[in-house]
Amino acid sequence: MKSKLFYILTTLIAAALILAACAPAAPAEPVVQTVEVIKTVEVPGQEVVKTEVVIETVVVTQAPAEKPYEGVELNILTFTGPQIAEPLQRRGPDFTALTGAKVNVIVVPFSDLYSQILTDAATGTNSYDAWVFAPQWMVDYITPGYIEDLTDRVANDPSIQWEDVGAFFRDFSATFSGKIYTIPLDGDFHMVYYRSDLLAQEGLQPPETWDDYLAIARTFHGQDLNDDGDPDYGSCISKKRGAQAYWFITDFAASMIQSQGTSQGAFFNPDTMEPLVDNAAFRKAMEVYKETTQYGPPDELNLDVGDTRGLFTSGRCALSMDWGDIGTLAIDPATSTVQDKVGAVITPGSTEVLDWATGNLVPCDATTCPNAIDGVNHAPFAAYGGWSGGINATADQLKKDAAYAFFSYMSAPAQSNVDVTIGPTGFNPYRTSQFLNRQAWVEAGMSPAAATNYLGAIEASLASPNMVLDLRIPQNQRYQGVVLDTAVAQYLAGEIDLDTAVQQIYDGWQAITDELGREDQAAAYQATLGVQK
Amino acid sequence: MATKQKTFEASQPAETETMAVPQANQFLRVASRADRLASSVFIMPSVLVVLFLAIFPLLVSLYLSLSRFKFVKGGFEIKFVGLANFQKLFLGLEKTHFLGVFAFPSVVGWMVLASVVALLIYALFRGFIQRRFKARSLIGNVLVFLFITALLWMIMSTLGPGGRPGTLVVTLLYVYIGIFFQYTIGLGLALLVTQHIPGRRFFRVIFLIPMMITPVGIAYMFRMLVDTDKGPFEPIWQALGLGLFSWVNDPWGARAAVMLGDIWQWTPFMFIVLLAAIEGQSSELLEAAHVDGANRWQAFWHITFPQILPVSTTLILIRMIEAFKIVDLPNILTNGGPGTATESLTLQAFIYWRSLDLGTSAAIAYTLLFLVTFIGMAYISLIRRRVAGEI
Repeated sequence: MKSKLFYILTTLIAAALILAACAPAAPAEPVVQTVEVIKTVEVPGQEVVKTEVVIETVVVTQAPAEKPYEGVELNILTFTGPQIAEPLQRRGPDFTALTGAKVNVIVVPFSDLYSQILTDAATGTNSYDAWVFAPQWMVDYITPGYIEDLTDRVANDPSIQWEDVGAFFRDFSATFSGKIYTIPLDGDFHMVYYRSDLLAQEGLQPPETWDDYLAIARTFHGQDLNDDGDPDYGSCISKKRGAQAYWFITDFAASMIQSQGTSQGAFFNPDTMEPLVDNAAFRKAMEVYKETTQYGPPDELNLDVGDTRGLFTSGRCALSMDWGDIGTLAIDPATSTVQDKVGAVITPGSTEVLDWATGNLVPCDATTCPNAIDGVNHAPFAAYGGWSGGINATADQLKKDAAYAFFSYMSAPAQSNVDVTIGPTGFNPYRTSQFLNRQAWVEAGMSPAAATNYLGAIEASLASPNMVLDLRIPQNQRYQGVVLDTAVAQYLAGEIDLDTAVQQIYDGWQAITDELGREDQAAAYQATLGVQK
Repeated sequence: MATKQKTFEASQPAETETMAVPQANQFLRVASRADRLASSVFIMPSVLVVLFLAIFPLLVSLYLSLSRFKFVKGGFEIKFVGLANFQKLFLGLEKTHFLGVFAFPSVVGWMVLASVVALLIYALFRGFIQRRFKARSLIGNVLVFLFITALLWMIMSTLGPGGRPGTLVVTLLYVYIGIFFQYTIGLGLALLVTQHIPGRRFFRVIFLIPMMITPVGIAYMFRMLVDTDKGPFEPIWQALGLGLFSWVNDPWGARAAVMLGDIWQWTPFMFIVLLAAIEGQSSELLEAAHVDGANRWQAFWHITFPQILPVSTTLILIRMIEAFKIVDLPNILTNGGPGTATESLTLQAFIYWRSLDLGTSAAIAYTLLFLVTFIGMAYISLIRRRVAGEI
């Protein structure tokens, strides 16, 4: 009897010891350290950048003595790269070496990503532990409870340096109703890129208004812009259906619809959820958008952003519209023929804006355009919001910890400040330190002047009080990805006229709103617009 | 006594036999019942698997087509909405996208419509006169007549000036134009390969290659081929002065590109089956025809073609059912564009599905199922059986 008891006790102790050995190590405590930081100083009035070494006190998390996630395998879903998937795949092995967790990056076409995440979670398959996706879809994952609340984790994670993340990305991309659900890995804004060498030759200034944009595109269309003997294009904008076309129409429309600041909204009247499309501003935006096609490549209606980026960096376009990607792709000597010939500028604006009461365009003045710059109302569009990491709420606790640790690692300045300077990553700047430390951009291949120009365009967009927030209400994919996309594609292809396109969007959006509940949708839209910048 | 004894002895086996007969009958009955039961028991697993894999999803998707999907706190909700999704497709917001924009048919449209309707009326009338139709089949034939006339009216109205074909008509064009060219080219190649020409074995393999390639690969390949600016035929386009022309910017150019890819991919299927049919035909008949002085065309038209006709009708039926589901090529090549010019029914359903409008997606899929079933059954009853019976 005694020996039986002895065996049981021995077994229990052994089991306890094995469990203790297998358990993850306690997270390392953050400590305060002094470090040398290279700071970039701009000389006022000149495009000269110099660097100096400053001693700063920072809070850092020590590397854990052991690998806390040894044996954990993470399945992370994102879209078919190479952008976005590339840095995750490249840094995965480094993260494994640090923590023991193996990272599998699974990719699907961009158009399938939204539904893939939802169907995987809704059917209880849960094959993915985490996702890197568009924060504007977040609301559809939060309502059914598929996505993990990361508020406490972020609050207790000094290594992520949350305050360094730009306010917009902290408050819009990552947060919903006061809770943090995603970790930003990318910053997204639309900008206009131009060939600085060509504009200088012709004595032209970068476009401030859409009329300027059309005039510049008209000037260069049909000319040989890269000395290969073939005629090139004035403007290259992705207009492929099922791709990015529906985001670009908002750039045109928002500058004429939203003038009173971010909280005014550019898609719906926030009080009634009346679509802001059946008016003179949206109609003019559609016409201008269509006119740009005249100065584009012949197959522009079938080009996605990957195609237009390639055309621009190979010197075939005088103007293009894109997220921050062209800025870094243009400095890649392997693919770009326009190094140091690229300028970036905040999206052009309009000197006329929509009178919401009458539906007509009225000239800009102090009342109608309080945020105008030199009489031009700019409304930079935070399209998409920036790729962000979210965690499946049903994943095992250890996997959730490991997934968070991976996103924190990817977002930490040591990694992200390098990644945002590399074109193929698809990551664009979103941390304050990324804007301040221009040395990293110079080291990546940008001239100081080009770095100042590129980052200045993003900073100007971020600082705009009239920034346009992307639509983040339940089932926004149906509003934008189906109804808006289809009508815009049909209008651009000449299948339908302007009035039919406007009516189609208006009726389609109204039908979805009625189906999902007008009050619920209005509340969600108002909540989005109420974000503190 | 002795006789009695004998009689008794003689009757012993007879009685045993008399008793054994009902036992044997009972045994046979049990065995027969067991046989019947056994077949059911053995079939049951397959039936259950079929029910689970085919019928159950079919019923669930039918329910989805009558409902709306919505995320709610803690999960999702599927709300029954009756025929609202179908109403949206046929009469509501999606009507122009799904059915197209109707306009008065052109003169050519009217002529085609009138010719086909006249042909259908003649076939119906002849069948009625010859009393070939029973009452039930007469109703069926009238229904088919009305259905085909309605489809033709829709095609002619949406393809006419001022009209625009919807995804339904675009799918029908893909199916029938594609099959026409696939069959014609496949038959031509099969006839060519059956000739005694050098390298025919090599060409048999070469002609099959397109069928082995994944449709996504074919779509990307055709995307490059039709790119007049960067594609491999760019010098030719430039020389022809078509450097600034884009196939995929023009609705008919884009549809032609999709159909070219589809024809290129599926012609080998027609080719290989028709080749087998041609090689399997009776050589005596051909030899006799040649002895009688028939030329090549006469031999083909009067001997070869009738012999391969039953195979051809089955082949067309299989291809037709498959072709209605076309999705890879328009999805990769054009994303359904320009506008909605190249969007097929399956692609339309897929676009709704990926934005999680499951109800509309299921309604489109069910309409497609109905269409394929109806056309397939009409084809079998009106053409295939007749052709098979006549041969």
